[in-house]
Amino acid sequence: MMKALIAATSALALAGCATTGSANTASSADKDDAPRFAAKTEAEGPFPSTYSPYPGEATALVGATVFDGAGKRIDNGTVLFRDGKVVAVGASDLSTEGFRVIDAAGKFVTPGIIDIHSHLGDYPSPSVPAHSDGNEATAPTTPDVWAEHSVWPQDPGFSRALANGGITALQILPGSANLMGGRSVTLKNVPSRTVQGMKFPGAPYGFKMACGENPKRVYGGRGRKPSTRMGNFAVNRQTWYDAINYANEENPKRDLGKETLKGVLEGEILVHNHCYRADEMALVMDMAKEVGYRVSAFHHAVESYKIGDLLREDDVCSAIWADWYGFKMEAYDGILENAALLQQAGACVVIHSDSENDIQRLNQEAAKAQAAGARMGIEISDAATIGWITLNAAKAMGIDEMTGSLEEGKMADIVLWNGDPLSVYSRPDKVWIDGALMYDAQDPKRRPVSDFELGQQGEGDVK
Amino acid sequence: MKRLITLAASALALAAVTAAPAAAQDVVITNATVVTGDGGEPVEGGTVVVRSGRVVAAGAGVTPPAGLPSVDAGGAWVTPGLFATITTLGLVDVGAVRASNDTRAGDAPFSAALDVAPVVNANSQNILIHRAAGITRAATTTFPSASIFGGQGAIIDLDADGNPIVRPRAFQMVDLGEGGGRIAGGSRASAHALFRNALREAGSFGDAARIPGMSSRARNVRTGDDVPLDPRMTGGEADRASDTLLTRFDAAALVPVVRGEQMLYVMVERAADIRSVLALKDEFPNLDMVLVGASEGWLVAREIAAAGVPVLADALDALPTGFDQLAATQSNVGRMKQAGVTVALNAGSMENPRRIAQQAGNLVGLARVPGATGLTWGEAFAAISSVPAKISGMGGQAGVLAEGALGDVVIWDGDPLEVTSVPTRVFIGGVEQPLGNHQSRLRDRYRDLDESDLPKAYDW
Repeated sequence: MMKALIAATSALALAGCATTGSANTASSADKDDAPRFAAKTEAEGPFPSTYSPYPGEATALVGATVFDGAGKRIDNGTVLFRDGKVVAVGASDLSTEGFRVIDAAGKFVTPGIIDIHSHLGDYPSPSVPAHSDGNEATAPTTPDVWAEHSVWPQDPGFSRALANGGITALQILPGSANLMGGRSVTLKNVPSRTVQGMKFPGAPYGFKMACGENPKRVYGGRGRKPSTRMGNFAVNRQTWYDAINYANEENPKRDLGKETLKGVLEGEILVHNHCYRADEMALVMDMAKEVGYRVSAFHHAVESYKIGDLLREDDVCSAIWADWYGFKMEAYDGILENAALLQQAGACVVIHSDSENDIQRLNQEAAKAQAAGARMGIEISDAATIGWITLNAAKAMGIDEMTGSLEEGKMADIVLWNGDPLSVYSRPDKVWIDGALMYDAQDPKRRPVSDFELGQQGEGDVK
Repeated sequence: MKRLITLAASALALAAVTAAPAAAQDVVITNATVVTGDGGEPVEGGTVVVRSGRVVAAGAGVTPPAGLPSVDAGGAWVTPGLFATITTLGLVDVGAVRASNDTRAGDAPFSAALDVAPVVNANSQNILIHRAAGITRAATTTFPSASIFGGQGAIIDLDADGNPIVRPRAFQMVDLGEGGGRIAGGSRASAHALFRNALREAGSFGDAARIPGMSSRARNVRTGDDVPLDPRMTGGEADRASDTLLTRFDAAALVPVVRGEQMLYVMVERAADIRSVLALKDEFPNLDMVLVGASEGWLVAREIAAAGVPVLADALDALPTGFDQLAATQSNVGRMKQAGVTVALNAGSMENPRRIAQQAGNLVGLARVPGATGLTWGEAFAAISSVPAKISGMGGQAGVLAEGALGDVVIWDGDPLEVTSVPTRVFIGGVEQPLGNHQSRLRDRYRDLDESDLPKAYDW
């Protein structure tokens, strides 16, 4: 065992020095005409997920008010899960034979909460310069960088998101300094020694883009393009044209950034575009049509309510805060009713955090936005509101076939709340990820503590 | 009821446009779920009576006097106005638009001498928006940037009369935590040296005052805007020892601090730093301090309580955001409170100050989590009303519905600590306030997207 390890280590050391990997020489040695060296292709999936569900018990949650994430509410409902999957969701007459029954009367059940916009891990706590890994702010387009290579799995923020927010899956994005910030990664909110151990198996990659003030400020401030919004578009469009040329070539010289852009053009990688202003979102949607890609969601879209019709037509989600406004010029028109007006227009709403604090309370943010709608006569059901932080997020992230709602066969990503999740007074009581109990308010040890926190004051505290 | 509301709404719309003369300052609110703000639980079927801008009576068993304008609350929650501290309300329009942002003055020649009183903009959208959120009074301040001293904050009201300053120069800000160390040249040690030097300079500067004035002698009472300007800030004297670090204005501004005539708000998070700050009282016995932040306050809660120093705490800090708050937990407020510390929520730690009610509500919810320490509903509400008012020197005046208090009254459409609730009517000093603002106008314009007749620009 020891010997094998040493051999592997030297091979890795060699690989580290070489500009191309040496690990794949054996498989290509059979063919005479094959190149001697070849890195794994994108299709072969580098940095694969090593996550597999932790053991869980066949469990029946009985007597709860269930919001299934897909718009349905069941009073006095039953939720069954086993082997990591949802088995059945229904009324009180569902048989619980063979399941460990948890009396959930007076409690609420939702799918695991999903945050579509997080920087946990790439801007982790403690928030020191040495941890500032979210913006490769050295060029206005960096489609070649991957957020997963910045994620520090020991960020204590993951555990707070789990315990206080019921977060079971989240998308970690690069920052918004660049027009094209790089690839995002979707994670299961499970503690792990490696980021690969958190990667959501089968989740598509996302691609972070940014409109407006940030890129033009960062690069304009250095006397380089872009320094204006028109510069933003010019750089974006030329980059897309170059990517199209690359994608059309038969055997192009490998280009890491263009592989990502090609993935976007092919629809394999989903675009998440930071964009505040309505007029700019409309321009981006036209750019997407010009170039031939789709925007999955606009993030921080504080002015989406002005163009709910256009967003509906192009089937673009708006990932938004409930009440952030006015902190920068392009956020000046933020209003509480944004989500409700979008819902009224038939456009897709996702409530996001972009914050290590708000990710602990996405349920409250959703409730806030729902109530703002009700005050202006837009009634949105509690069940639909829960959809803003579960299934809608999953859709925009391309994982809705697997999670985001409590439906038979889906991942058993489930939160049991000690009260109505749309109330400020409620907290997660238990959280399961793929059917494994990862947080239990009743059990002090069923709470993750990151390496960073060991031996520190407050280790294992309720936080 | 419906008609009443409609009428009121039109009156308010007019008031907003024409800045009508001060309306009557009398109001009676009946059939209310009354919260007095003093830490007690809500009382149903209560009445609130405001005459000449002051609360006359509040609670159950109050007989409404005849002949005053009356509002039937229909069972709705009625509370004192929320008191938000610390904020930058009126000092900034858009955070990232530097020209509109007066909250920091990193390039200024002065620090402690900065005084927000002349620069608070009562027409700021942030004031209008927070008025609509039920905040009727607030502490607003500049923050340390050119020096560890941030300047003198004021207590403001959020009413529409154009005169926001209630209590100018209510407190001085200083950062003696991680941030202070950075500003002071790279080390907390430097921040402490700077602080001690500044207070000694101010002390001797104060002793040397030649023109008799309030700041040249200690005072027994502080009632508000009686914190005076040192006479040398208006006189001609400039002679001082050649090795002084403070400008004449900054030294003069710190005279009331060193004498305990003006409160000193100390930004500090780490338990060790809190201890060092509490120890300052040995050297400067008159200091009247308030801790701001205090994320690790629970670790030294008994010492804080023994020192009688109140805390404006970050309610929901739960992360080791820096090495100065490794032990941060949402239970911090509850644990300090249990140890006998006077604690209010620090609005400065939130995305925006209108979240104070949400954060207070979270501390109520927290009480149900095993192992955590939260607050009761009454305590939580007090932590955003009477307690911050008291810490701000307005005890009994604001944040409470009690005889003699200012007539700051808010009627809510639900439990005020719920994220779903907002005020329906807001009275400040007994005067009903307009609740419209940029956000409500945008909401009204974009209620639909119909432009079949004319563009949206004509819809106003």
